Amino acid sequence: MGTRYVGARIARNEDPALLRGRGLFVDDVRLPGMVHAAVLRSPHARARIHGVDTRRARAVPGVLAVYTHADLGRLGAPLPKLIPHPSLIHHKTQCPLASDAVRYVGEPVALVVAESRYLAEDACDLIEVAYEPLPAVASVEEAVRPGSPLVHEDIGTNVCARYTQQTGDVDDAFARAPHRFRERFVVDRGAACPMETRGVVAPWDARTGLLEVWDSTQAPIPIRNGLAAMFGLLQHNVRVVAPDVGGGFGAKIMMFYPEEVLVPWAAMRLGRPVKWIEDRRESMVAMNQEREQIHDAEIAADGDGRILGVRTVFLYDSGAYIPYGLIVPIVASTTLPGPYRVPSYRCEFAAVFTNKTTVSPYRGAGRPHGVFVMERLLDRVARELGLDRAEVRRRNLIQPDQFPYDVGLIYQDNAPLRYDSGNYPLCLERALDLIDYAAWPARKQAARSEGRYVGCGVACYVEGTGIGPYEGCRITVEPSGKVVVATGVGTQGQGHMTSLAQIAADALGVTPRDVSVHTGDTALFNWGTGTFASRAATVAGNAVALAAQAVRERARRVAATLLEAPVEEIELAGGKASVRGVPARAVSLGELAVAANPLRFAMPADWDGPGLEAVRYFTPPQGAFSNGVHACIVEVDPETGMLSFHRYVVVHDCGRVINPTILEGQIHGGVAQGLGGAFWEKLAYDEQAQPLSTTFMDYLLPTAAEVPALEVAHVETPSPLNPLGIKGAGEAGVIPVAAAVAQAIEDALEPFGAHIAEAPLSPSRLRQLIAEGRRTP
Amino acid sequence: MKPAAFEYFAPRTVEQAVDLLAQHGDQAKVLAGGQSLVPLMNMRLARPAVIVDINRVDGLEYIVAAPAVLRIGALTRQRAAERSRLVAERCPLLRDALRLVGHVQIRNRGTVAGSIAHADPAAELTAVLTALDGEVVARGPGGTRVIAASDLFVTYLTTSLDPREIITEVRFPALPPGTGWSWMEIARRHGDFALAGVGVVLALGGGVITEARIALTGVGPTPVRATSAERLLTGRAPSEGLWADAAEAVRAAVDPDGDIHASAEYRRHVAGVLVQRALCEALTRVREAA
Repeated sequence: MGTRYVGARIARNEDPALLRGRGLFVDDVRLPGMVHAAVLRSPHARARIHGVDTRRARAVPGVLAVYTHADLGRLGAPLPKLIPHPSLIHHKTQCPLASDAVRYVGEPVALVVAESRYLAEDACDLIEVAYEPLPAVASVEEAVRPGSPLVHEDIGTNVCARYTQQTGDVDDAFARAPHRFRERFVVDRGAACPMETRGVVAPWDARTGLLEVWDSTQAPIPIRNGLAAMFGLLQHNVRVVAPDVGGGFGAKIMMFYPEEVLVPWAAMRLGRPVKWIEDRRESMVAMNQEREQIHDAEIAADGDGRILGVRTVFLYDSGAYIPYGLIVPIVASTTLPGPYRVPSYRCEFAAVFTNKTTVSPYRGAGRPHGVFVMERLLDRVARELGLDRAEVRRRNLIQPDQFPYDVGLIYQDNAPLRYDSGNYPLCLERALDLIDYAAWPARKQAARSEGRYVGCGVACYVEGTGIGPYEGCRITVEPSGKVVVATGVGTQGQGHMTSLAQIAADALGVTPRDVSVHTGDTALFNWGTGTFASRAATVAGNAVALAAQAVRERARRVAATLLEAPVEEIELAGGKASVRGVPARAVSLGELAVAANPLRFAMPADWDGPGLEAVRYFTPPQGAFSNGVHACIVEVDPETGMLSFHRYVVVHDCGRVINPTILEGQIHGGVAQGLGGAFWEKLAYDEQAQPLSTTFMDYLLPTAAEVPALEVAHVETPSPLNPLGIKGAGEAGVIPVAAAVAQAIEDALEPFGAHIAEAPLSPSRLRQLIAEGRRTP
Repeated sequence: MKPAAFEYFAPRTVEQAVDLLAQHGDQAKVLAGGQSLVPLMNMRLARPAVIVDINRVDGLEYIVAAPAVLRIGALTRQRAAERSRLVAERCPLLRDALRLVGHVQIRNRGTVAGSIAHADPAAELTAVLTALDGEVVARGPGGTRVIAASDLFVTYLTTSLDPREIITEVRFPALPPGTGWSWMEIARRHGDFALAGVGVVLALGGGVITEARIALTGVGPTPVRATSAERLLTGRAPSEGLWADAAEAVRAAVDPDGDIHASAEYRRHVAGVLVQRALCEALTRVREAA
């Protein structure tokens, strides 16, 4: 049967409830007898703790408990180390509550539980911590300087890992190259800022021994498994639910944030459900951050602008701990070559501790850094050799007949980095057409003659998506004919209730409205890893396809018996099974579900279980690689450094598209976050690593007034790696934005000679760069 | 982000409000729109022991045109003033500045008087009041007094109001017919506090500038009146060169601070750019009116 719903631009199943305010977010969970937790956090970036006096806090009426590290016992040990790597020598993680030292502003020191959040915060004010403030490490460059203060004194260094990847003979390529250009690029810190902050509500039932944890997380199943291990409970007796989640962007996958352990633990100690909701000010210091990298990068090219080699040495700011291992710098390293043929490449990084909030992947997860470096290097080649920027890219693109393309590196999933499919030249040409690149020189000149400074930027990227290990799905047809899909991935606004329903609907001959998708509840499905790395649609989506196919086959077999026809002649459509060519001989899916679950009588020898139900898993052999091109036109007011975006074009290929509306939503959100990282969002810290942007007055998320209208076009090159031919799209929007915007600004400011080698920019910084450019138009 | 405990009063009359303030002195804060006070309390940066919520006080929500002045009651919301025909006709500088105060949701609750009493030197309304030589009417235990804008703003978030006084009315002098005006500001995002902002009023007679008023926001601890630039402009014929000279005079006169959003140097430079552009726009309006 042909596809009907996959590919269709249908409205989202989840929206009627969300738009009416009937979603269920963690803060909506209100339970009888529930009490409230607040966390006392370190005000110092680096300090010794000589003692914590909680007596006055405990005396506040309505305060149930005040916990410090001393109360935690075995649970006070450092939290789990995720994703070890042989090069990660010092895999430091934080304790749920700090013991004798704090290493970033915001590190939890005590947990208060009280009858209200107000009282809990009052009590926090009364806890007396004897801090001995120490000089802090405020930057990666400072951290690697000899004599720098040490974030972790016991290891004698701030460098926790050095790792090099190489392909080809880089040094030889550079030695022979006619042209070599060197640059230093700085990409500063940013924050994911999901609209919903983190939150945990935990009820514990001592009689049944059941622990329930409502957690705004991207990975409920690993959280359940970890909590069961820490608390010595059966996994079966721990239920973790990630209900509606208002955005995650990577920052809600940690396993574990301290509060995810402390809140259930407190609930078990107190016998009362405990709620903790992270407020925005906490979120700006206690939710993991990302982005800071400093690259010393060099490109070797021939006289035609063809790449001969690229090498970069970079510092990766891990913050105070490194729970998530080396994923972000490895992703940055392996995304850098992008859609280009890079015959020789070396990437060498040092992961460095600083006294700042811990870093873990945030949408893009290092990809924007790699792309920024590569695209800016290509711009330099074009400028130095007097070549057109788009032409330099065109000359270096991997061609459609070169797939699968082996990049020669090891990707974040420990598998060789091999691009499965794509049509990079087509995407570039489509983007150039849409932005009318051919007419650009004339338009730029026309603007100049009016005294206006307008620039165009074009940047390409490849996005690794859909990595393993696996996801699964159980599909059940109910007697009503409704289809229930349960999967282990959580959902944070990606539209899984619709896209996964579309996949199931096509296989079962029903509409997506008939399909009820359940994610993020370990009581409903308890195998899987989580939603990250743009993998849910690819990995869980294909598990849904496989399970739906299995249910379809079972339904056809049951129908064949009922309708007395050969199974090959049974078709599923319109919620019914019918005999091909005899539509009147039909039985509804609901009736089949009833028939497949009889109350009496012996079953045939080849019976394969009750009901119309199947569980299937999908494990991809490797990641699937999406790609795309962003092009934008930006006007700069050189007197004020303010920008106005005239156009922003995205051409995007993530294989087969499930739902264009959802895909475009992903891209729009990603571009908005990318623009933030290009011009608005900067987590500033002072020289003692005190965070200076802890509110939305100071951390500037671009709003609807700043983000331009986006023009999005799709190219579909199906992935050969999975039955549906899909690739992930979660991070595409964000990846090349800073690179495209930097190029456009530099183009606009060419008469001033301003050089852009950093992100984010600001009006003030642009004015400075204009001054440093030392040219007058 | 929950405030510390406080005592709450909701007086019905100005007299009751003043009595409460007299009783609690600097322990008390007046709550009107709450758009600055409540976030400060939630972050526990402000911990007033007593809140005097004046939202139920009758008779403080009005916009009245007296012959040469616009009188705005202490509970008049910014959004109401922004949409008022009287404000548009008599004091378009105020309307234009109001449009850039925060966002609509903020202006729906925030009051004109509250923004002035809060005395944030980056706020638009403080500079408008300063540019126009406006006044506030304050009531305290000793009765009513009128305070000129030039005497009101002391430093960051500090006015010359006594803690026992409450602003009951703000008075904006109306612009005489034929006067040009302009409000210009640079903010990182729509709705943010300005990195620098400027309000300009310009009148011409016989081909020369007869009156120039320039006030800036975001470039010092209080709104700044650019008197040297005003003197430089008065009596001269308008020209691009004159605007550039005025911009330089402003740059020489202001002493902004730098912060994470912009350097001091940037603010100084942009203050001049804005003055130049605002003078240009104000002149266009003078000529349109003529």
